[in-house]
Amino acid sequence: MRREIPTAIAFFVGIICIIQFFIPHRPFGTLVDVFSDWFGIVAAFAIWLGALNLLKVSLERSLSKKKTHDRWYGLVVAASFFLIFIIGMFMSGGDQFQVPGSRFDYLYVNIYTPLSSTMFALLAFFVASASYRAFRARSWEATLLLIAAFFVMLGRAPVGDQLTGFMPEGYRLSEVANWIMTYPQVAGQRAIMIGIALGVASASLRLILGLERSYLGGE
Amino acid sequence: MWMDHPGWVLFGTWVAALFTLGIATFLYKDNPVYKFCEAVFVGISAGYWFVSYFWQTLLPKLGYPFYAGVKTVFVGPAEWGWLVLLIPGTLGMMMLLRLVPKAGWIARWPLAFIVGYTAGLRLITFLQSNAMTQLQNSVQPVVRYNESGQFLGWESFNILLVTVGTFAGLFYFFFSQEHKGVFGRVARVGTWFLMITFGAAFGYTVMGRMSLLIGRLDFLLADWLHLIR
Amino acid sequence: MAENPTEMKPGLFDRLMRIDRRVIFIFISVALIVPLFFNISQRIQVSPEVQMLNDAMNKVPDGGLVLFAMDYDPPSAPELQPMAVAAFKVALAKKFKMVIIGLWPQGPMQANMAFETATHDPRFKDVKLTYGVDYVNLGFQSGNEAVIQKMGSDIPTTFPRDYAGTPVDQLPLMKGIKNLGNFDFMVNISAGYPGTREWVQFGADRFGLKMVSGSTAVQTTEMSPYVGKQLLGLMGGMRGAAEFEQVSGYPGRAIKFMVGQSVAHVIVIVFIVIGNIAYFATRKRKGA
Repeated sequence: MRREIPTAIAFFVGIICIIQFFIPHRPFGTLVDVFSDWFGIVAAFAIWLGALNLLKVSLERSLSKKKTHDRWYGLVVAASFFLIFIIGMFMSGGDQFQVPGSRFDYLYVNIYTPLSSTMFALLAFFVASASYRAFRARSWEATLLLIAAFFVMLGRAPVGDQLTGFMPEGYRLSEVANWIMTYPQVAGQRAIMIGIALGVASASLRLILGLERSYLGGE
Repeated sequence: MWMDHPGWVLFGTWVAALFTLGIATFLYKDNPVYKFCEAVFVGISAGYWFVSYFWQTLLPKLGYPFYAGVKTVFVGPAEWGWLVLLIPGTLGMMMLLRLVPKAGWIARWPLAFIVGYTAGLRLITFLQSNAMTQLQNSVQPVVRYNESGQFLGWESFNILLVTVGTFAGLFYFFFSQEHKGVFGRVARVGTWFLMITFGAAFGYTVMGRMSLLIGRLDFLLADWLHLIR
Repeated sequence: MAENPTEMKPGLFDRLMRIDRRVIFIFISVALIVPLFFNISQRIQVSPEVQMLNDAMNKVPDGGLVLFAMDYDPPSAPELQPMAVAAFKVALAKKFKMVIIGLWPQGPMQANMAFETATHDPRFKDVKLTYGVDYVNLGFQSGNEAVIQKMGSDIPTTFPRDYAGTPVDQLPLMKGIKNLGNFDFMVNISAGYPGTREWVQFGADRFGLKMVSGSTAVQTTEMSPYVGKQLLGLMGGMRGAAEFEQVSGYPGRAIKFMVGQSVAHVIVIVFIVIGNIAYFATRKRKGA
């Protein structure tokens, strides 16, 4: 029962979703509309699960008997969670919590935004460092990759056209970059896209038919 | 509005700047200041998502209609359509049972619903938008003429390039046959196109990452230090 | 400890191969900080995809109903916020009726900021907008592509309330809107999943939505095969934003930041070249 019912649910829901592409009327279209709403609700609970699990792990870590610095960081995670939770749930005007000027918005602008933005901004340094260390023209294929990257990087910045301003129109770096992006790049990308699409389709079919059940875990 | 008060604006900007610099200290090496900022980020992010999903999805789509439905039973005229909301509500609660080790298996039901729904929708949309339409776009008349009947060599070449590149690339992804002989040579040409694609993607990735850093530097220099406008 | 006389003294290339990553970090920082102090105007060549996007937006009749799907968060804002601001300015100039939504929780909040920036442009100081009549922000809904699928048949039940908790039936603009088929056009600003791919698959291909996209640089190459019938235009990364600012006639932050972008790209290329020279020189020596 622990595996059969979930497999049946996946099969039933999946088949209905497929049929409604061909028969978008009642009952299939209506059923998928209902499923779409349910999907949003269940997905919201899944997000809650993630957040609550993080809280659980952090609190367990901060209350553990091992005297490591990690305890304090666990406490900081939990305290930060409760800070935005209390402000968002009880101190920001209910469902007007994200209106500009609310306390929740203040936290969003001054804490969430700088932390998340800087975390991702650091990648700029690591991209540069990795380019220096790992980007080698070891083979014909790697050289091709390097050449395409050079043209796109120079052509997609104004400096490219400044360097090749003396060239006739159509041969400047921005135009070469446009050509790479529109033709050979699109060709390669389409091959990848079609390959992935066929993979997704076959994986979806396996999931719906119950041939692939690894998502149910062990036991 | 209270947060428009210059004192709160200044305080907020300083908090944002200090958190920005705190995360940036990682560039030197991993350190307690970075770890503290990272922990704040993790906690704040989780709390942000928790609160957002409560007010924007769970309450308007589950809480309010459920409450309104139950109210009709007591106040009348009674309506029973709200009972159907018990299904997603129950599935959601079953999902949360994953937090209880012994009852974790119950979460398979909502998980199966999510997997079935996603697989059903993606099966057709990926085939339609990412396979069929892309094949259709790649198989175009190769020989092109303009309105006065003049042969357009460069345009024809470009269209041929896309067609050849797409199919050669697909040959490379065909793993059930060994890449030898003519097949292998075509697959090799496919890798050249894939390399150009990866090169362009790399160029764009550099652009993207640098943009994000420029954004943070602009915040520090303009909003915090007022050194630039 | 005595020096081993047989050991080769490290040359310039060996030292270059072992350069500390923090030295590279300092170069990158300086390369990006210095240009921010200069206001240099640079010529920006508009790419065909951005030209297509601008043409498509201009073809929408004045006063048309346009959907703005803002699917991004603060980390992507340096590239995407200028696109959103410029798109809102075009919408204000063409008096579009705007419906804003987000498949990312942060999207509608970013949209509010972009909208405020756009309305503060002196060129729109005489434009009087009423919330609920000229524009609405329906906020975020959970469900990724499920939200688009449901919007194809019924928007009011997909978004029962706007971002401030007002029921949609109290918003005059929403009175005549039933599903995606009611929109003349759509602008999607996307930083990943869910985003442009899902809007193309469901919005454009399934429900016939005419749409354009502003993408982060990282996913631009993945979206490029859609340009044409599925996507009527695409702006990729900060360069795409700068091109759109230029072609639409509303220069903003993206154009300003392109100077730094130029220097950064050159620095990365120089690093790759030096890295390769050092690699091949040391390899040759080791091989000798």
